[in-house]
Amino acid sequence: MMSVSTQDTAIRTGRVTRALIYLVLLLFGLFYLLPLYVMVVNSVKPLDEITGGGMMNLPRVFTLEPWAKAWSSAQIGVDPTGLQPYFWNSIKMVVPAVAISTVLGALNGYVLTKWRFRGDTILFGLMLFACFIPFQIVLIPMARMLGLMGLAGTTWGLVLVHVVYGIGFTTLYFRNYYAVFPTELIRAAQIDGAGFFQIFWRILLPSSGPIAVVSIIWQFTNIWNDFLFGASFAGADSQPMTVALNNLVQSSTGVKEYNVHFAGAILAALPTLLVYIVAGRYFVRGLMAGSVKG
Amino acid sequence: MGFLDIDNTTKSYGAVEVLHKVDISVEEGEFLVLVGPSGCGKSTLLNMIAGLEDITSGEIRIKDQVMNGVHPSKRNIAMVFQSYALYPNMTVGQNITFGLEMHGVPKPEREKAMHEVASLLQIEQLLDRKPGALSGGQRQRVAMGRALVRNPDVFLFDEPLSNLDAKLRVDMRTEIKKLHQKLGTTIVYVTHDQIEAMTLSTRIAVMYGGYVQQLGTPQEIYDTPANIFVATFMGSPAMNVVPATVAVENGVPMAVVELHDGSRARLPFSQQNLAAWEGREIMLGIRPETITDEDAADRKSTNIAQMVNRIVVTEPAGSDTFVTMTLGGKDVIARMRSDADVRPGADFTFAVNMEKAVAFDPATEMRILP
Ligand SMILES: Nc1ncnc2c1ncn2[C@@H]1O[C@H](COP(=O)(O)OP(=O)(O)OP(=O)(O)O)[C@@H](O)[C@H]1O
Ligand SMILES: [Mg+2]
Repeated sequence: MMSVSTQDTAIRTGRVTRALIYLVLLLFGLFYLLPLYVMVVNSVKPLDEITGGGMMNLPRVFTLEPWAKAWSSAQIGVDPTGLQPYFWNSIKMVVPAVAISTVLGALNGYVLTKWRFRGDTILFGLMLFACFIPFQIVLIPMARMLGLMGLAGTTWGLVLVHVVYGIGFTTLYFRNYYAVFPTELIRAAQIDGAGFFQIFWRILLPSSGPIAVVSIIWQFTNIWNDFLFGASFAGADSQPMTVALNNLVQSSTGVKEYNVHFAGAILAALPTLLVYIVAGRYFVRGLMAGSVKG
Repeated sequence: MGFLDIDNTTKSYGAVEVLHKVDISVEEGEFLVLVGPSGCGKSTLLNMIAGLEDITSGEIRIKDQVMNGVHPSKRNIAMVFQSYALYPNMTVGQNITFGLEMHGVPKPEREKAMHEVASLLQIEQLLDRKPGALSGGQRQRVAMGRALVRNPDVFLFDEPLSNLDAKLRVDMRTEIKKLHQKLGTTIVYVTHDQIEAMTLSTRIAVMYGGYVQQLGTPQEIYDTPANIFVATFMGSPAMNVVPATVAVENGVPMAVVELHDGSRARLPFSQQNLAAWEGREIMLGIRPETITDEDAADRKSTNIAQMVNRIVVTEPAGSDTFVTMTLGGKDVIARMRSDADVRPGADFTFAVNMEKAVAFDPATEMRILP
């Protein structure tokens, strides 16, 4: 009797708290979605609907005109090119930077865990340290280095900067992941006659899916969203999307076309959103696998 | 020169020497078992034979070729690991042929070798599965298949059965033994299980603290252990080792041991050469199965001594009953027939087969008899 009644209250309080928790979560969710709502809604309105007030209203006239304009004909800096060329600039920078930094991180992780050498922990510590260096500190030395290497103002210069900055993180991810990868497998492969790179390609990489996804998402979002390096080191024809978006919004000529700005901002955020949607569920899994046991 | 020579080999990590001058020569077709408690250096020695660990000093030779500094894949050895170390992303078939592929063997030959090994180990129906979808025993077979397919000079096993449950372990033990008899390969096998060591090996190296304590056939190790460590490590239950004093009567040396009530039993040795120890203390080693009731005493033995002592505990174990008594101030276990009439607290006349008794020097712990 006693136990039944206590169980009963336990279930009831459970329900009440759960309902409360869901309510709070729902409110938080709405709150976080609010900016997205505002952006989407206003990017499909004619400009006068926005300037007339009522930012939260649904569009009375639905139009994709602002999207088309943001993409291909808006005034960016001096030319009416739209964001399109800068989008491709970003892609040309992000894809190699992500690929190179991830592969190098994987190789570093492999060496640091399976081909230990004297001083390897110190080296790893130094690489970790790279994760904590603020961007601003390296701006001037980096500009000088890029100049000396003849990479100033080029996409490859930006790729180099992002690879150097990303390697600390990717190495950390892969090192922790490979630290729990059974060393006996490496030894078995050595006895089987596989060399350094064969072990890496045939044994290690095929088992690295989850952590590779983590590394790719992390690097992709960081590099795509970077503004400071892009603004500092890019030349006129290598400016990434973020810098172009800023130029679009900041341009002082004529009226401020908020609907075009909103559409442009969404365009700039779209690739990272896409990456999360496609690979997001592997992200958490990979993070767990890498960090909990590491 | 043997087939596999481990010649004065040592291993140090920094300033710490973990293996001291190991000297073992293995003949072709031998099954050598390295046995010892955890941390005694068994895996280290095996890994040095495999080339996975450097040799600090000394030499390891296979077929008279010095192996120091030779890459593992060039030693023509194969190894079965404790965790099996199957490549998780490859199928069983790919696991088995990976080594051949790395050695540049053409595909048709690889396939042929794979099917031969698979049929030998009865894993043909598993060839397309991933290791994750196999039971422990099946993984064990695949790991052996991967070793066998290379047709190596020496097989190395590092505790291959320790991840299996008790029943499967016994089955696989038999299977490894059959395989060895059938193929006649040279095997070095690491285990900390002394029963595995006794049943599988043609010779055993008992290791402790980085030293090989004794190297010999299972029978030698069991009957004439080199020291107290080997005596108590090999055999289950362990050999009883109790303090005794040597007395000589009519030229026959005796072990004088204290019974439960402080009185003394006199147990004559079969060997004569103990005169130097008269009046001095020794450690007397008696295996549990050599202490029985009078009816069950070994008829072939020429030296059965009798001793009346009090039974402290009896432990029936089905086929045998283990009886604990106090001898020389220590608990001593006797292995009796299950129908022996033993009751705790009762005095009982034990028959001790002194032909099998062993004596140790209490200071050095080395064997002095037989
Ligand atoms: N990398 C290392 N650095 C320092 N000492 C080590 C290293 N590897 C092993 N040792 C030491 O060497 C000794 C032998 O280790 P080994 O792994 O050979 O033991 P083992 O007999 O195989 O034990 P187990 O039955 O537990 O596997 C141990 O005392 C161990 O602490
Ligand atoms: Mg070991």
